[in-house]
Amino acid sequence: MSDLDGRARIRNAGSSREPSPARTARWLTRSLAILALVASSPAARAQSSQPQGDAGAPDAAALRQEITALKQAYEQRLAELEKRIATLEAANAAAGAAAPVPAAGAETPGAPGGGGSQTSNYFNPSVSVIGNFLGVAGKNHVATLPTAALRESELGLQAVVDPYMRADFFISFGEHDVSVEEGFATFTSLSGGLLAKVGRMRAGFGKINTLHLHVLPWPDEPLTVVNLLGGEEGWIGTGVSVARLFPLPGDTFSEATVQVFEGTAAGLFEAKKRSDLAYNGHYRVFRDLTESTNLDLGLSYGVGHNGTTDSALTRLEGTDFTLRWKPLQHGNYRSASLRGEVIRSRRDQPGGRQTAVGWFLSGEYQLAKRWFVGARLEAAERAADAARRDTGQAMTLTFWPSEFSQLRGELRRRHYSLRDTANELLLQLQFAIGAHGAHPF
Amino acid sequence: MKLLRPASNSAAPIPLHTVVLAGLLGLLGLLGGSAAAEAKLRVVSSLQDFASIAGAVAGDRVETYALAKGYQDPHFVDAKPSFVLQLSRADLLIVAGLELEIGYLPPLIDQSRNVKIHPGNPGYLDASIGCDILQRPTGVVTRAMGDVHPYGNPHYWTDPENGRVIARAIAARLAELDPSGRDAYAKGLAAFEQRLTAKEREWSAKMAPYAGLHVVTFHESWPNFAKHFKLVIVGTIEPKPGIPPTPSHTLEIINLILAQKIPLILIEPYFDSKTPNYIAGKTGAVVLTFYPSVGGISAIKDYFGLFDYDVDALVAAMKARKGA
Repeated sequence: MSDLDGRARIRNAGSSREPSPARTARWLTRSLAILALVASSPAARAQSSQPQGDAGAPDAAALRQEITALKQAYEQRLAELEKRIATLEAANAAAGAAAPVPAAGAETPGAPGGGGSQTSNYFNPSVSVIGNFLGVAGKNHVATLPTAALRESELGLQAVVDPYMRADFFISFGEHDVSVEEGFATFTSLSGGLLAKVGRMRAGFGKINTLHLHVLPWPDEPLTVVNLLGGEEGWIGTGVSVARLFPLPGDTFSEATVQVFEGTAAGLFEAKKRSDLAYNGHYRVFRDLTESTNLDLGLSYGVGHNGTTDSALTRLEGTDFTLRWKPLQHGNYRSASLRGEVIRSRRDQPGGRQTAVGWFLSGEYQLAKRWFVGARLEAAERAADAARRDTGQAMTLTFWPSEFSQLRGELRRRHYSLRDTANELLLQLQFAIGAHGAHPF
Repeated sequence: MKLLRPASNSAAPIPLHTVVLAGLLGLLGLLGGSAAAEAKLRVVSSLQDFASIAGAVAGDRVETYALAKGYQDPHFVDAKPSFVLQLSRADLLIVAGLELEIGYLPPLIDQSRNVKIHPGNPGYLDASIGCDILQRPTGVVTRAMGDVHPYGNPHYWTDPENGRVIARAIAARLAELDPSGRDAYAKGLAAFEQRLTAKEREWSAKMAPYAGLHVVTFHESWPNFAKHFKLVIVGTIEPKPGIPPTPSHTLEIINLILAQKIPLILIEPYFDSKTPNYIAGKTGAVVLTFYPSVGGISAIKDYFGLFDYDVDALVAAMKARKGA
């Protein structure tokens, strides 16, 4: 213990641990001044506007003197502390004869993370990595996925920041690139039923756009997202999100979310000026219909500049539903869900406004504890050219070896406009290591 | 390091958002007032067992709500938004801890907008603290071992003595949150403990003839029950926690039951009885549905009822076997 205290004191000799703002400020100012002097001295020396020519020399000398003085002072204090440690150790040794003292580095009972001085690891965030491997067979001349790819390695880092907020980072590694899929602080202790997020996040537009790739019920994004929300990645925005609860009678959950983002979102919005922002509003209602059945409904509205002209806007409207059935007692073995989404995009562009509509309908049924089958129907016009309409059908079979891995096959047929049809087999393996995340819902 | 010192940074925005929210707070002042007038503490628990104990200790001073039903696998509860509403109004959240709720509760707490029930605050009670927790891994833990809980087996409330510890913790916490009810909680706790002591004697007497009985269970839900009532669990139908039965492991269990003449297979109400029934058919062992939680069946109305039911069911099954 004495050793620990001694070290702590030495380390903090300059920057007192006690919150003495005046002392800290003084020390900071002094250090900054010294730093500034050190940094500027060669430049000062080079300047010869001073009458004495080598004007930096006296400053440097003064500085050297100050440093020497500081060094001496610290050496003195060190010596003092060492003396005190020696005295305390001697005292301890004497006391040890009477009562045994735990060995240095012995774990405090109940202290997680081990040794007293190793606390720096304790507050490290929960870390998880989810690998998403995708193999593809068949022909597709429009959306050319590689034969095999580690499509995404998602690194999740999550922890509480302080009493006011928590932070969640999801870094998405492709095979050759990295992007921050999400990285935001959530203010969890606001009053008035508010929940605010600041940072980069998946826009709360509809249901599917909010989900990470690995929790989708398919290995691919539906056409609504690909054609109308800017591509495979969907709409991700950087800005502020505020959500408020508006409970309805009968314990019905209802929540309104308003999001204001920086005006550029890949493939969807493009800001010409800083004041061109993107906005999203979402209203969600959730109700337990019975103990085992529940319904989730959402309405979304998004708007932003699309960059084709100075004032051209893209307006997005969407509605989504998810109907789930999961008997509580045997929910580990049987469950079903039906979900659908309709999105309309109205895009101003030279040559007139393009109004494109897309939808999907998808169902999933649990056959056994680890087996699920699913099907999806989809159709979407293209945002920039609504005359072109793509459609698709898909069937999936999913096997979960455990909660932490998942094997999925999808037979997919997509009819792209211009009469190009692609039949493909997608095989996906997902695997998660690290902290246990929440189950998707 | 200086950059990462949030203490000085975060101090600045607080007054700012406090100012922004002052208006909203004012608006909600009336609402807050009416809630206070109600005076009942809202206790939300992950399991019906804790709700039952809280109800027994606090009587009508509290209103309880359990997220997971007693007949539901407590590992797999959906993070339904309707639970967010319950949590947003809670004064006290009681959890089993030991990562039992890790799959659904953390995001619900974050979305609850209710800082009172955040871990570390008085409104958050981890019921495992102070309880006799078994199967704390001492060696290396990997997920190759299945869905293991690195902090120990989370089904600890199946030991009635742990129920006593939980009741004490709840009473103490309620008294902290609602000092005006201190005497009522102390009285409620004393009555609970007195009844528990009497009941424990009754249960132990009924179970005494079966001390040392070897049983097979479906999942590792029963080490605490087994320890208290002196049963010996010799195998589980799951080859590893959370992994469904495999043919080879099922064969091993059949051989084990035959070799040791094991009379009972205990199965939780939420597991598929197909494999246990198959094993029973091959071995003559009896499959007995054993309820780990209050509400597992309508007859189990409270924490005492849980042991009443399970003890009687086991005794009846053993007597029927002997009679046959």
